[in-house]
Amino acid sequence: MTINQISVFLENKFGRLNEVLSFLSEAKIRVVAATVADTSDYGILRLITTDQQKAFQILKSHNVSANVNEVIAISIDSCISKFSETVELFTKAGISIEYMYCFSIDKKAILVLRTSNLDAAYDVIRKNSLNFVIESQLINL
Amino acid sequence: MEYWQEEIETMKRSDLEKLQVERLRKTVEIAMNSPFYGKIFKEKGITPESIKSLDDLKRFPFTTKEDLRNNYPFGLASVPKEKIVRLHSSSGTTGNPTVIVHTQEDLNQWANQVARCMYMVGLRDTDVFQNTSGYGMFTGGLGFQYGAERLGAMTIPAAAGNSKRQVKFIMDFGTTVLHAIPSYATRLAEVFFEMGIDPKKDTKLTTLCIGAEPHSEEQRKRIEQLLGVKAYNCFGMSEMNGPGVAFECKEQNGLHIWEDYVIAEILDPETLEPVAEGEVGELVLTTINREAMPLFRYRTRDLTRFLPGECPCGRTHRRISRFQGRSDDMMIVKGVNIFPVQIEKILMGFKELGMNYLITIETVGNNDEMMVEVELGEVRIDDFPKLQALTKEITRQLKDEILLTPRVKLVENGTLPQSEGKAVRVKDLRKNH
Repeated sequence: MTINQISVFLENKFGRLNEVLSFLSEAKIRVVAATVADTSDYGILRLITTDQQKAFQILKSHNVSANVNEVIAISIDSCISKFSETVELFTKAGISIEYMYCFSIDKKAILVLRTSNLDAAYDVIRKNSLNFVIESQLINL
Repeated sequence: MEYWQEEIETMKRSDLEKLQVERLRKTVEIAMNSPFYGKIFKEKGITPESIKSLDDLKRFPFTTKEDLRNNYPFGLASVPKEKIVRLHSSSGTTGNPTVIVHTQEDLNQWANQVARCMYMVGLRDTDVFQNTSGYGMFTGGLGFQYGAERLGAMTIPAAAGNSKRQVKFIMDFGTTVLHAIPSYATRLAEVFFEMGIDPKKDTKLTTLCIGAEPHSEEQRKRIEQLLGVKAYNCFGMSEMNGPGVAFECKEQNGLHIWEDYVIAEILDPETLEPVAEGEVGELVLTTINREAMPLFRYRTRDLTRFLPGECPCGRTHRRISRFQGRSDDMMIVKGVNIFPVQIEKILMGFKELGMNYLITIETVGNNDEMMVEVELGEVRIDDFPKLQALTKEITRQLKDEILLTPRVKLVENGTLPQSEGKAVRVKDLRKNH
């Protein structure tokens, strides 16, 4: 039920993000979700694409430092309080969220999150009947 | 002209060479007692009686830093332990450090050697000498301390760092002569100006001894201008006691190497044969005025040349040029000796890192800065805190090993020179190189 996310280590060098993304577009791979975190020396690009396996191979063939990590995606209603209520469920269960990124489509918001305790996170999702988003759904959005 | 020991400093070359042969013979007699040299001398048939001239030096095999490490700690000691009164150890080397031991007489001789150097550049018993060397195992601390005390100068063991305090001492105690590594001398000049003090007018400084770190003639001129002093280049290494091996005289043209303390050869590092007169080669030294741990034909790995001709100062001991590099890959950063392999050893201990790394040394402001770039290996790239902790841990371990803090930068795979073949591991962009 987890989603494979690709993480890419990017040196802070002008044009590097553009270069990495062009490898994917040349291979006809569409980026569904992406986020970049940065420090003074390097950035980390987190990616979900239409074909994760192929995307990973393409990046590796270009010697890009990348690996695949499991994340969870949840769909919630895009309304005022829903986001904070959802995060609160995890907090109350004592689960730390390592990082998260979100995007909205129509009236829905998709939360992509990473936690070190996946099993506990599943429990929270099941008990509270949250909507999982699986990979095939996500890439068809 | 004034000398500390006129008779020795201006001795006729032929007499000086006679003295060298005599002392070499005596040193062989002492060193026969060391497990290391005892065995070698037996194999090579080297006895005190067999030493007839300086040519006999060719019969001795070379001694290297490796020999010192392999016989750590006391394998080269020539006297029983009860005669040893001091131990010094070199900084920042791989595996076993190198250890040098001294008898009381060795320390007396060393203090005399340093006193002679400092007298040569003008230090007198009316002077106030401040030493900014690190004390402890590093020989620049105690070496200068005992030398200046022997000379009779008021000696302030200020030790390294705390620049504002250094400036306060210079002002309050009326320091006239200072010992500092060149980059620190420039740093001190900055601190003076930040504190609104003009060192040229507001201090009594006249003389600076600078060494332990490669520096250019331009850098010396700059230090002299900034501080309003004369700056003299000094050379030493812990294997040869420490500071005092060679020192510039007031001519500021080459360093007199004290040939009543060492026999100096300059050899081609490949063939190990003497280079042509005045050519650059590796300095190879034999101690002839030391009893606890004599060293024969010790390969310093420093490249230099003998300056031709006589020095106007009247001293007959030959002059060597400012150092022109190394015959191995040792780097000297902030006065600390560092080998790339030390850094490699630490990096390779991290399974999160790849095989390739690059060390860059450059001058930032007035300081030498070291950057270590290393490629990532197997590591969870999305885990930010882990990457940051990794950088921190690498920095900490490197600091423990090389005694200075490099800037560590993680880089992408495949962006650094490959480890196969002759990879460029070190980029030295310092102005004086």
